[in-house]
Amino acid sequence: MKAIVIAVLWGLTFAAAHAAEPGRTPLPAIAIEKPGQCVEPKELMRRDHMKLLQHQRDKTMHQGIRTKKHSLNECIACHAGQKTGTVLGKDGFCQSCHEYAAVKLDCWDCHQPKPGQKTAGAKP
Amino acid sequence: MSENKSRRGFIAASTAALAGLTLAPGIRLVEIASAKPDNEPVTSKVRWGMLIDTSRCQSGCTDCVTACGKENGLGEVKKPRTDAQWIRKIDLKELKSGHALSLPMMCQHCAHPPCVDVCPTGASFKRADGIVLVDRHICIGCRYCMMACPYKVRSFVHEPHTDQNPEVPRGQGCVEGCTLCVHRVDRGGTPACVEACAAAGHNAMLFGDLNDPESAIAKRIREVKTTQVRADLKLDLGVRYEGI
Repeated sequence: MKAIVIAVLWGLTFAAAHAAEPGRTPLPAIAIEKPGQCVEPKELMRRDHMKLLQHQRDKTMHQGIRTKKHSLNECIACHAGQKTGTVLGKDGFCQSCHEYAAVKLDCWDCHQPKPGQKTAGAKP
Repeated sequence: MSENKSRRGFIAASTAALAGLTLAPGIRLVEIASAKPDNEPVTSKVRWGMLIDTSRCQSGCTDCVTACGKENGLGEVKKPRTDAQWIRKIDLKELKSGHALSLPMMCQHCAHPPCVDVCPTGASFKRADGIVLVDRHICIGCRYCMMACPYKVRSFVHEPHTDQNPEVPRGQGCVEGCTLCVHRVDRGGTPACVEACAAAGHNAMLFGDLNDPESAIAKRIREVKTTQVRADLKLDLGVRYEGI
C-alpha cells in the first residue's frame, strides 16, 4: 500500500516536472512589451481579432470610417517589438502566434508591419 | 424617368439652397461637412473634385508627380517600364498654331466609372463621396479595369513591396490608381499633388467639394468654362480642366 502511494506521488512529481520542462511543447512567444489594457478583453482578441479587423477594414475602405479602436495601424503601433520595430520576425507579436497556429498571414503583403510616421495632410 | 429626374433635380436644388442659407456670418443652417468625424461614413452630400488650370501648369514641372510618389510610396522598385503611375504629366502642342500646354492626368473620378462597371469581383468601386477606389482585399488583379479606363490611369503592381506608407497599403498583384489621397481627405486634408502645386507657387490645382455651392472649386466652375476630357463619354468627371 505504502509503495503504491509512493509510486503515485513519484509519478505525479515526475509528471509535474515534465510539464514544466521548457522547450518540450512549442509555445508562441506572446511578448506584451507595452503593458496596459487592449481595446478588447484578451480572450476576445485571441479568438476574434480577425473578425474585428475585417469588419473595420470594410468600414474604412468603403465608408471612410477611420476610428482608431480596431484599426490595424493602432494594433501595430502598440504591438511592434521595441527592438525590432515590427510585428513580424521569429518573436514578432503576429508572426510567432500565426506560425504556431499554422495560419497564413497575408496582411503584410500590402500593409506596413512597422509603425510609421503619419503624413500631415494640411487643411484646405 | 424624366419626371424622376426633374424631381431629383428639384430636391438637389432645394437642398443646395437650404445649405446655402446662413443664420449669421459663418454659421449655416445646414452645415456642409468638409472634415467629417472619424466615426461617420462618407455621404453623397459631398462630391470631391479637382479643377486643373492648364494656363498655370508649368511644362517641365513634375512636383505633383513627385509628391504623389512620396505620399503613396510609389517608385520603390525603380523599374520605370512597370512602376505604378498614379499621376503623369502630359505636354500637348497644336502643330498648326504651335500653342502648347502642359497638364497632369490622373484618375478622373467619374460619376459613372467604366472600371467599376467591368470589375468582376466588386473590388473597383465608387465611394459615396465620388472617390473611385480599388479594394485590394477583393481585387484579383485581372486588369479589366485598366482596359476599360478611357484615361489609362490605372496601374498594376508587378513587384512585391515592403516600403509602404502605413496609411497607403499596397502590394503585388493588385490594380491601383489615384485615390485623391483619400486618407488625407477623410481627415479634412487635400491631396498631396495639390499641396505640392501650391507649394511650388503654381496653384494650378484646386481641390474641393463640387456639391458645395460656396466652395472655391464650385464657384470657379460656375464662372469659367471648364472641360471634361472625353466629355462625349458622358462619365460626369470629378476632375475638370480649364484652358484645354
